[in-house]
Amino acid sequence: MADEKGLTRQQMANLLAAEFQDGWIVNLGVGIPTMCSNADFGDRVITLHSENGVIGYGPMAGEGHEDRHLVNAGGQHVTINPGAAIVHHADSFALIRSGRIDVTVMGAYEVSGSGDFANWKLKGAKGGGIGGAMDLAACAQRVFIIMEHTTRDGAPRIVEKCTLPITAPGVVKMVATNYGLFSVGPEGVTIRAIAPNITLDEVKTATGCTVHVPTDLRVVAV
Amino acid sequence: MSRSKIFPSLDAAVADIPDGATIGFAGFSGVGSPCFLVGALIRQGAKNLTCVANSTNQRNPPPGGADMGGVCANGQLAKAICAFTAPTRPSQKLPFTEFYEAGKVDAEIVPQGTLAERLRAAGSGIPAFFTPAGVGTEIAEGKESRIFNGRTYLMEHALPLDYAFLRAWKADMLGNLQFRLTQRNFNPLMAMAARVTIVEVEEEILPAGAIDPDLVHVPGVYVHRLVKVNPKGMA
Repeated sequence: MADEKGLTRQQMANLLAAEFQDGWIVNLGVGIPTMCSNADFGDRVITLHSENGVIGYGPMAGEGHEDRHLVNAGGQHVTINPGAAIVHHADSFALIRSGRIDVTVMGAYEVSGSGDFANWKLKGAKGGGIGGAMDLAACAQRVFIIMEHTTRDGAPRIVEKCTLPITAPGVVKMVATNYGLFSVGPEGVTIRAIAPNITLDEVKTATGCTVHVPTDLRVVAV
Repeated sequence: MSRSKIFPSLDAAVADIPDGATIGFAGFSGVGSPCFLVGALIRQGAKNLTCVANSTNQRNPPPGGADMGGVCANGQLAKAICAFTAPTRPSQKLPFTEFYEAGKVDAEIVPQGTLAERLRAAGSGIPAFFTPAGVGTEIAEGKESRIFNGRTYLMEHALPLDYAFLRAWKADMLGNLQFRLTQRNFNPLMAMAARVTIVEVEEEILPAGAIDPDLVHVPGVYVHRLVKVNPKGMA
């Protein structure tokens, strides 16, 4: 059974989106990360970039308002904000490769305490799905991950060392899971915010490496 | 103009493609995807093909349309060059996967930005370039690397195409193309990388001069064949 304790997917996306800083160019990957485009950014000016060449898209398109020529990285129909621009794929990745993306938000199978992450190849699989993940992971200023805290079998996804082929070494700075928000740095993994109905013992049991607990640990407001 | 670029049918536009050709299919998530040309390629039957696309599958191709998975299932594919060679979810089953896992087709997985840049390089007279994407991962194995300013980069080679299949929103009779929103994606890059570029066009093909030169996304010099397609039901 999938671990459905703690935060919902949209709450996880909102939790991470609260970390975006005013003026950032944010790239959202496939899966839960796309839900960040529905988050309330308040007064912060956030420019959303999608690998398929949109600079400045908005929330998901409502039913009946889809434009068949406009999708995000996950193929979902989105809206476009005033002042948006469209580029082709090489220019979209030029923006990425030249370091202009302040943060890329991706899903992952595993994140290690040293900031490695794996999200392109399953155990024993022939082939995989890299998409834009390796370009983004290697070149964005920061990598944020959103994922369920454990696998379907209850095994930790935040681990000492990745067991799957990695997407990039040492790049992850922040992870949002259904258990809370975690930072990854030279000291390893630190919990920054905990889901309201989750205990620290549950977090530690479900995590495959040491979790540091700061004195200013906050509870996620939902 | 000595010879018209407008072809009467999809089948006529792909008729000469030989066995062993390398063909690029533009498009991303079905948007800007030349699914009707791919459908015509399946009817045409050329074999031992190397096909280049972001992914082996396109979301919900309409009737008459197809994707690389269809080319593979019809026994025409020798090798896929893609950013996705397996489904991203274990529960998903792609037509291509069965053939790949059985060793009936070959595949090369390429990070998406590297794929785009390899096409751009091929269309720009640049034989190879260096990128940090993939450094420290499995895909760096066997690739030449170099350090510039203290950072490691992988050498990646240009990816020239024999044919490119495109989907455009508007075209004029000289082959100048315009795309709408995220339809553009790989389309201009594949046109630049190919010896022969074939385009399925959504709107009526316009007279020369009907598209403002400042608003042309792909100049007609890169485009060789145009076919008007029926937009009804198209992705």
